Amino acid sequence: MSIWEYANPKKFMQTSSWVLPWVTGLAVLTLLVGLVWGFFFTPDDFRQGSTVKIIYIHVPSAMMAINCWAMMLVTSLIWLVRRHHVSVLAAKAAAPIGMTMTLIALFTGAIWGQPMWGTWWAWDPRLTSFLILFLFYLGYIALWEAVEDPDTAADLTSVLCLVGSVFALLSRYAVLFWNQGLHQGASLSLDKEEHVADVFAWPLWVTMAGFVLLFVALVLLRTRTEIRARRLRALEARERMA
Amino acid sequence: MLALLLRDLRLATRAGGGFGLSLAFFLIVTVLVPFGVGPEGGTLARIAPGILWVGALLSCLLSLDRIFALDREDGSLDLLATAPIPLEGVVAVKAAAHWLTTGLPLTLAAPVLGVLLNLPEAAFSWLTLSLMLGTPALSMIGSFGAALTVGLKRGGLLLSLLVLPLYIPTLIFGAEAAKRGAEGLAAGTPLLMLAGITLGAVAILPFAAAAAIRVNLR
Amino acid sequence: MLLTVADLAVARGGIALLEGVAFALAPGQALILRGPNGIGKTTLLRVIAGLQPALRGRVELPPEGAAYAGHADGLKATLTVAENLAFWARIYGQRDTAPAIAAMDLGALADRPAQNLSAGQKRRLGLARLLVTGRRLWLLDEPTVSLDAASVAMFAASVRAHLAAGGAALMATHIDLGLAEAATLDLARFRAKRSAPGRGDGFEDPFDGAFA
Repeated sequence: MSIWEYANPKKFMQTSSWVLPWVTGLAVLTLLVGLVWGFFFTPDDFRQGSTVKIIYIHVPSAMMAINCWAMMLVTSLIWLVRRHHVSVLAAKAAAPIGMTMTLIALFTGAIWGQPMWGTWWAWDPRLTSFLILFLFYLGYIALWEAVEDPDTAADLTSVLCLVGSVFALLSRYAVLFWNQGLHQGASLSLDKEEHVADVFAWPLWVTMAGFVLLFVALVLLRTRTEIRARRLRALEARERMA
Repeated sequence: MLALLLRDLRLATRAGGGFGLSLAFFLIVTVLVPFGVGPEGGTLARIAPGILWVGALLSCLLSLDRIFALDREDGSLDLLATAPIPLEGVVAVKAAAHWLTTGLPLTLAAPVLGVLLNLPEAAFSWLTLSLMLGTPALSMIGSFGAALTVGLKRGGLLLSLLVLPLYIPTLIFGAEAAKRGAEGLAAGTPLLMLAGITLGAVAILPFAAAAAIRVNLR
Repeated sequence: MLLTVADLAVARGGIALLEGVAFALAPGQALILRGPNGIGKTTLLRVIAGLQPALRGRVELPPEGAAYAGHADGLKATLTVAENLAFWARIYGQRDTAPAIAAMDLGALADRPAQNLSAGQKRRLGLARLLVTGRRLWLLDEPTVSLDAASVAMFAASVRAHLAAGGAALMATHIDLGLAEAATLDLARFRAKRSAPGRGDGFEDPFDGAFA
């Protein structure tokens, strides 16, 4: 039993139809626990008051925004090297989710930034990087939409994803160089002195797990849709020929 | 290879080749800025390096879709793909031709337009140097974007959408170098980064662009 | 052999067109592909030229052995006839364009920009390009479109000279070139078979086939 068996769409559809309800249920449960815990059972921050609680949406969505692109990079590479359709369709399915996560991170950041920094938007390196990431998602999705032939689109978007990843990293360092920002450091880290207190950290870990599960569920669901759309297309093409 | 470079240069300078159009666009954009932000010399001097960089970048963008689309239309791209020169070489040469007809004239025109924007005297050499180092990257990245969209009927707008995010690091380091030079600060780091981006783009992107063209020709 | 094709299958837009195509071309041979519109003549030529991947099968030809001429001539409107030809000659590492200009009777037009040529004259220039490639195998897609009778004869003569010099030609054309030495291959018998819907095959792409 190797992972490559899931390159067969039938195998993927079978397994995912079995896995999907479980992942979905688990995601809902984890998110519910994490968010209720975070919103109602943690103390207010001594400086930030209750606004700190937006962290339970802001940080997990920001994390998923980046991880989603990383996943797209891996699946695009698998497509380019091994030509497994499910892989590239998963990348296509993930892109709008990643873009939405980026938007959520940007909006919650603005809502958080307003009371904290007194401004909705600042050209802070982290904020700017996310805005740039949003533009990369936009270009990737637009290229999928523009190209008619599915395999051609898969090849072109995969190449764009590869090159885009390099330039996205480059942009990150360019932006750091360009403006030192207001943003606090990483909220969670294993070695740093300066991170959030444990009372905030535990529910945050739970919501992050919830966001990961939610992401997996959405990607599975959307990949299934993409595979069905592709199947429909193939059947229609055959119908026309017959 | 040299024959291809000479042909592209000749085509660009003949009637309808579009040579000078991006230069004229650069002039107009630069002239429009004072109408937008007001004629006050201090403000203009402060934003001049950035405006000139953004203007050069946009002018460069205008002519990108010509790089491969025209060759695709008249069948030359098919023939070049079956010719004894590697497609990666074709991409690199066409990017070089684009730079010679767009990036280089823009670089040379920028100091002249700097006068209109009250660019500080110390900034002229830094602006020219940063554009000289950075515009080849703009041409190369643009060729990659043009290769991605060469199969599309109306790829122009999509091309801009794909290429502009890729231009961000080049713009940041280029404008930063010019700005720091203008303020008398050390501009070595951004200039080195700029040169690094250009070298990296020239080394890697021809392969990505050639792969995209092969996919689009199928 | 200048070209060997074995068990070749080609597809356009994800739909298989031809399968089991097999033939070979030795120096001095010409082969004319025939078949109704849409059967896949252009696709077959593009696959052999290496512009498109084959679905299955083998195409063997010596490295840098073939010159391809498609529907479009690859001419630049603002360059003159001589400049257009000199460019392609240099791309293929050749110098002398005079024989090609003479063979296609373009001498009087040499300094005229390509945009001022008639359709037939452009076609003649496109065919002259083949002569400056120095390649032994010509892959020609409808080479005689917009040519008048005299030009067709001129073209047939240059194909004959090419064959006599040890070259070979594979062309898709509907008209009779009067080339006695050319063999004809009817592509209709290679038409890809389509199974009844629901049978599970008939898909060009194994990914699509995996559903059924």
